[in-house]
Amino acid sequence: MSAYSYFPGCSLRGTGAAYEESLLALFHVLGLSLTELEDWNCCGATSYMSIDEGSAFLLSARNLALAHKAKCRDVVAPCSACYLVLRKTQDYAVRYPAIGAHVGKSLAAANLPALDGVRVRHPLEVLYNDVGADRIHQLVKRPWRGGPVACYYGCQIVRPYHEVDRDCNPTRMDELLNAAGVPTVEYALKTKCCGGSLTGTMHEIGVRLNYVLLKEAVRKRAQAIVTVCPLCQYNLDACQAEIRRGTGERYDLPILYFTQALGWVLGADPEALGFSRSISGQKSIRQWFSTATEEAKAYV
Amino acid sequence: MLRKLKFQREADPDWARRVSQRPGCERLFSCLQCGTCSGTCPLSIYMDISPRRVTALVREGFREDVLRSQTIWLCASCYSCAVHCPRQIQITDLMYGLKREAIQEGLQPRRLPVAVLAQEFYHMVRRRGRNSEFSLVLRMALRSNPFILLGMIRTGWKLIRTGRLSLRREHIEALPEIRDLLGTEVTR
Repeated sequence: MSAYSYFPGCSLRGTGAAYEESLLALFHVLGLSLTELEDWNCCGATSYMSIDEGSAFLLSARNLALAHKAKCRDVVAPCSACYLVLRKTQDYAVRYPAIGAHVGKSLAAANLPALDGVRVRHPLEVLYNDVGADRIHQLVKRPWRGGPVACYYGCQIVRPYHEVDRDCNPTRMDELLNAAGVPTVEYALKTKCCGGSLTGTMHEIGVRLNYVLLKEAVRKRAQAIVTVCPLCQYNLDACQAEIRRGTGERYDLPILYFTQALGWVLGADPEALGFSRSISGQKSIRQWFSTATEEAKAYV
Repeated sequence: MLRKLKFQREADPDWARRVSQRPGCERLFSCLQCGTCSGTCPLSIYMDISPRRVTALVREGFREDVLRSQTIWLCASCYSCAVHCPRQIQITDLMYGLKREAIQEGLQPRRLPVAVLAQEFYHMVRRRGRNSEFSLVLRMALRSNPFILLGMIRTGWKLIRTGRLSLRREHIEALPEIRDLLGTEVTR
């Protein structure tokens, strides 16, 4: 059984609650163990780096040091922003001696261990590399009753580091979902930015970016969008009502986490996958993921 | 924003040289002005100065023009420009550096919600070690434009109904540790 340390990040305790629930359920089904880092702190996201570079690196350095202390030095960060900030800190501490020295000195002063030996992982890449599409295919328990989905990778897991997937035309989420029997569509905007926190700050601009993403998905006849990031999911999910009011176009797409889609197909308890937390597309969600009809079918 | 004439005497080439010493900006002076950054940027159409012009202004040393711009705050850090730049300039890092300098000098557009959010986020994490989405949004709105809260009521209600809006103020246990750690400033 493979074991990983787990860095939830602030979003998975709030707007991204369904991501955490479905991730834990999926890893449980796959027999992978996730142990939460003890007393982790915020990664700093993009905001902290905009104010203070030195302490931005220290924030994530503390988390990496906690992972070093923990039993498993592979730390899984499901949120794209957390993943990138941790990964970038690790990289810059090596690439720029001044940053490395600053981080090393400050960690030592706070009685925290150094960062070496820690690997920052994203669950998508863990499933792809450590479990594999073939294994996922063998483990399928339930048929996918929904329509084809658009896989949306967003920005920070594929850029600037290409370890989770290629930055141009990433396909690993598509491969995993296809192996699990979930049809996917060609989605050209798969790595176009959703605007991140701009929907909260520069609302109109953020909504416009998400409108473009939704429109293209619908044009490709996707019936849902599958995401890997709590911020992408929130933006696409929460903007739809406003886009409907603003444009008169009818959008009601479920925005799922890839862990929810895979969790369903691999037979995780549907109650534990957090489907009820979606704002948009509840009609499709109830149709696709209700065990009542599944049991009825088995009975007939 | 209205374009105004610039005069070489307003430029500070030494500042440009200092910027080019920041991590990721080493190749600033090799910029081709090809415009790939502006073309690939999902937000450039909303910006007052395009990313290509930011690079041009920075390397000539027109410091205040860039530090006062909204562009640097619209950058959502999607790294599209950084991976596509044929000269491998980490434009995202360049933008981060400019944001930091604008805040230090107090030149950021006042009440621009992005800049306010970054500052509130910074103070919250520094004090408590974690960020709490609800109180962060509340503080951001109160310090930029409280009326944006009105537009958030519907979404907020849906988030509450689906159990996605936590009103708890999060904090870590080892607060002294993190305060010690962050108390040390970087020296370069």
